[in-house]
Amino acid sequence: MPGQDLFSTQIFNYTTIAYFVSMVLFIAFIATRNKSVALVATIIAWIGLGLNTAGIYLRYAESAAMGFRQAPLSNLYESVVFFGWSILLIYLLFDLKYKQRAVGAFVMPIAFIFMTWAQLRLNDAIAPLVPALQSNWLTYHVITCFIGYAAFAVAAGVSVMYLIKVNKEDDGSSSSSPAGGMLAMFPSTKILDDINYKAIMVGFPMLTLGIVTGAAWANYAWGTYWSWDPKETWSLIVWFIYAAFLHARFTRGWVGKKAAYLSIIGFAATIFCYLGVNLLLSGLHSYGA
Amino acid sequence: MSAQNRTFGTALWDFFCSLKLTIALLIILSITSIIGTVIQQGRTPEQYLQVYSERTYQLFETLNFFDMYNSWWFLSLLGLFSINLIACSIKRFPRVWKTVYEPVLVPSDSLYKTFSNIEEMVVAESQAQVREKIVSQLSSKFAAPVVTQEGEKTHLFAQKGGYSRFGVYVTHLSILIILAGAMIGSIFGFKAYVNIVEGTETNTVWARGGGGDIDLGFTVRADSFTVEFYEGTSRPKLYQTLVTVIDNGEVVKDRRPVIVNDPLKYKGIVFYQSSYGPAGDPTFGFRIRNRATDEVAEITVRAGQRVPLPGGGSFRVADFTPNYQAFGPAARVEVFPPDGARPRSFVVLQAFPDFDMQRGGEHIFSMTNFGQRYFTGLQVAKDPGVWVVWIGCTLLIVGSIVAFCLSHRRIWVTIQPVGQKTGVKIGGSAHRNQAAFSIFFDDLKKGLKDELKG
Repeated sequence: MPGQDLFSTQIFNYTTIAYFVSMVLFIAFIATRNKSVALVATIIAWIGLGLNTAGIYLRYAESAAMGFRQAPLSNLYESVVFFGWSILLIYLLFDLKYKQRAVGAFVMPIAFIFMTWAQLRLNDAIAPLVPALQSNWLTYHVITCFIGYAAFAVAAGVSVMYLIKVNKEDDGSSSSSPAGGMLAMFPSTKILDDINYKAIMVGFPMLTLGIVTGAAWANYAWGTYWSWDPKETWSLIVWFIYAAFLHARFTRGWVGKKAAYLSIIGFAATIFCYLGVNLLLSGLHSYGA
Repeated sequence: MSAQNRTFGTALWDFFCSLKLTIALLIILSITSIIGTVIQQGRTPEQYLQVYSERTYQLFETLNFFDMYNSWWFLSLLGLFSINLIACSIKRFPRVWKTVYEPVLVPSDSLYKTFSNIEEMVVAESQAQVREKIVSQLSSKFAAPVVTQEGEKTHLFAQKGGYSRFGVYVTHLSILIILAGAMIGSIFGFKAYVNIVEGTETNTVWARGGGGDIDLGFTVRADSFTVEFYEGTSRPKLYQTLVTVIDNGEVVKDRRPVIVNDPLKYKGIVFYQSSYGPAGDPTFGFRIRNRATDEVAEITVRAGQRVPLPGGGSFRVADFTPNYQAFGPAARVEVFPPDGARPRSFVVLQAFPDFDMQRGGEHIFSMTNFGQRYFTGLQVAKDPGVWVVWIGCTLLIVGSIVAFCLSHRRIWVTIQPVGQKTGVKIGGSAHRNQAAFSIFFDDLKKGLKDELKG
């Protein structure tokens, strides 16, 4: 519906700005090693999450005001905004536990890029649900999937840090080099590896739940819980990759760098499952069209 | 069995028990699964030949790429994966069982060395007093310990959350249950579809993939089909078929609305609203007023049928649409004047009965009725394995949450005389979430110190 002037869209603009500022400050923190910069960046990330939450609630209210009582998870725009929210939630929960602020410089860009894409490129109009999506399963399915995706995003960001750090250490360069100086704010490889593993331990059961709720819904709506539709298949591919990651932890020769690469490949597959399937392949989940 | 055979057997067993095989299989499964998402599955040869060359088509056909998820090689991969899963579990399960139910009650010094949480202290109280205090502390803060006496030494062992070690086996078992459920479904169930014209009935459905007719054993009638759109848009709001089920001459479901996301179930067979389409030409009811005489005629015509107009000439519906730019049904009417001049053509919308007045024609047309019969497309499925799959899914989630979120925590204490005093050694380990356990352990340690020294 053209010509909708939504207040929620404006709130999402502020959210995007907050994520941008937070991201820049996290990068500045790595460069300057000034702890208060990292603190401010974290506070702004929390404010961004608050705005993102408010925006999502507002959008729900705006839909309701138009007479559509539906969860604000009905199209690509809403899902991307929710993805941004999920990434921030998982990231900030991990920050509460680990307080490794340099991680923000590698996770905030993911949230920022997605929010920017939503704000600049995607159609933010509120439209009522088509019959296929008129189900409570939609909410359960989308929330579980996206919490899983978000945890994988954090894991991938941390894995990139891990690889940078390990490669620098392998080069034998000490902290006297400029890059070595930047790495000073990076957590140790042990902690990075731990965060990577913990994030996937959150993401994997969530993805499993997302696939199961999706199957339950498909069975209820279409009469078959699994039809090897490209979206389903890609979610299973993602599941296989992270299952491989989890088993790699117990296998000599598969820890460290290989695990980090698996985590990054897993996130790439996640993004393909989320967007690539809709934009490049044909199937049942055509909300991205 | 010769020694060589035994070596081969052992080698094979080791191969199937290997975690490297698991990782390799998971990676192979994920890579091969991509094929079926890029090449559309289950199309006709004609459709493929429009996309691929003859040679490519032959190659893909030989490799089963057009129905890869049911191909022998993909199913073999899944089979190998299942064997690997079973073998790994069989190999590791007894050791884990022993760890939890036959724990080491007499810890050696070397065992203590493996713990990252350890504390040693020497206190003045007697061994019996110390023992009593530690037992009560452990019982209230952790779990009641098992006490083992070994000469002068007293050993305490307490554990919590031992069952969490079995989460991973529940997860593995659940995957096998899901695969079994899928197998039951594909052997004893069917997937079919049927198109029923409004007002008609059927007792057979068509198997998908060309398996022929399936007799339902009862009759299904589509009483009516409706499609609704959101006001002012062409965005669909509702697809609904009223379905009546007649079994043995008796109506068992009467005009039950079947909509997307709300199927109808009868005798284990489920009907889902899936598609619809027009059945035959529609009929149109027109009220036609003669501008000059004010004479009004009600005429019903089929699309394309040429009908005389009162007062001379004739007309027909040349074209129509059930939803013209979100305004509802519209018909393009052609009026043939009595003098044989060229027909005049104009559009009549059902939603605007007075609209045609402005045309200034001899006859003013309003559409009073648009009668389109539809057929409804229903998916029909029977899957007796679905409950097995849901049990598997539930176990999969419970199992993975237990495996990932809960941890098996164990505490050992050794109390022994050190000269006139009493030496206490405490060690603890958690198989997951060590950080949280460390905090708990430090807290426990502090409590014990206060208790023993205070």
